[in-house]
Amino acid sequence: MPGKWTAPGAPPDDCLARNEWICGAYLSTRREILQDAVLQHLQLTAVSVALAVVVAVPLAVAARTARWAAGPVLALTTILYTIPSLAMFSLLLPVYGLSASLVIAGLVLYSLTLLVRNILAGLRAVPEETRQAARGLGYGPLRLLLTVELPLALPAAMAGLRIATVSAISLVTIGAIVGYGGLGNLIYAGMNTYFKAQVLTASVLCVVIAVAADLLLLLAQRLATPWAKHQGGAE
Amino acid sequence: MNTLSQAWSWLTSADNWSGDGGITQRLTEHIVLTVVCLVLSCLIALPVALVLGHLGRGGALAVNIANAGRAVPTFAVLVLLLLSPVGNFGEGPTVIALVLFAVPPLLTNAYVGMRGVDRDVVAAARGMGMTGSQLLRGVELPLALPLILTGVRIAAVQLVATATIAALAGGGGLGRIITAGFNLASTPQVVAGAVLVAALALLVEGVCVLGERLVPAGARQAEHR
Repeated sequence: MPGKWTAPGAPPDDCLARNEWICGAYLSTRREILQDAVLQHLQLTAVSVALAVVVAVPLAVAARTARWAAGPVLALTTILYTIPSLAMFSLLLPVYGLSASLVIAGLVLYSLTLLVRNILAGLRAVPEETRQAARGLGYGPLRLLLTVELPLALPAAMAGLRIATVSAISLVTIGAIVGYGGLGNLIYAGMNTYFKAQVLTASVLCVVIAVAADLLLLLAQRLATPWAKHQGGAE
Repeated sequence: MNTLSQAWSWLTSADNWSGDGGITQRLTEHIVLTVVCLVLSCLIALPVALVLGHLGRGGALAVNIANAGRAVPTFAVLVLLLLSPVGNFGEGPTVIALVLFAVPPLLTNAYVGMRGVDRDVVAAARGMGMTGSQLLRGVELPLALPLILTGVRIAAVQLVATATIAALAGGGGLGRIITAGFNLASTPQVVAGAVLVAALALLVEGVCVLGERLVPAGARQAEHR
């Protein structure tokens, strides 16, 4: 009979000992480590994307209202996007030190480009007739922005938000170099110890989180813009 | 500011540029790695995208691949490949991970470019009796070229940026300067390495933008000949 035979006194012959890629015992014995990593991953992503939205909306509105601002705003965000993630974390190192803020700051700068571009594209796509109609109804600039222009820019903005979120979830892993990489920490540690189950589990979880976040945002977009025909936004 | 001046003196010290593991060696490694991966990704992505775009099929596939590409962390792919049997082949895992990463933007941009060609123009070319391959080479490809080149530029810049990750897994390239800096707890060296990578990325972006301006003009002239 080939198969299960264990020498007396040998270490347990389970998938952990054999270092297999897929291992149920890993999931059950390291549940807390995995939970902590997922939590850190979610927190880093959520905080960075939220901060990026807070910064991106005024920037996009400014680029839309003041024409001279559009060029510099777009150029700056493009340059920020070109800087490699590992380099971005490193450049910010003197400012933040080895901390979670370092990773968050890097991710905010990344998400900014995608958000600013998409919000701006959405604002620019608002038809002039619509704006004139609202002005004719006596809407001031602020009310026009808040109740007409921003809601109409929402589908394009949400498309940008989805891309930014999915990219951020994948970029968080690089934060492992400073010890704040969520699931990336497990991948990094697994690489150094040749721990296959840990690397595969953490990688799969990353993708699952990204897909789940994308679907949730898509759902939120459909609920928030019941009037839209559900086509994607720019970029 | 102190760190910045220290980083500057690290960068300008001749010792750091020469020798084994010096800036010159890392820069060469980085450029070679990027170019190899870019050429491979183009060879894989562009023919597929051009044919699919010409046939008008597989649009959903192209978009889905692009979206999935964003969701998969390149670092995770690299480590997974390293621990698999592929890991024995030197730079193999890095090249595969980077090619997988660069294919989606190339594929989507080329596909969208091909589908963006005015349908009336295509119909006119068909009416003139052009065969499928004549149409592809003589009409659709030149008209789609600007978007295809945008895809190449995006892929090139992202490759320069992402090739840094190779260093996390013990590979070569400029990322090695950064990771070595982290290991030595030398912030000036980390910052100097980051400046080098960022400068290279911006340089590639600039060169590509210039190239995009030159090439479509050439394509238009070729058409009028």
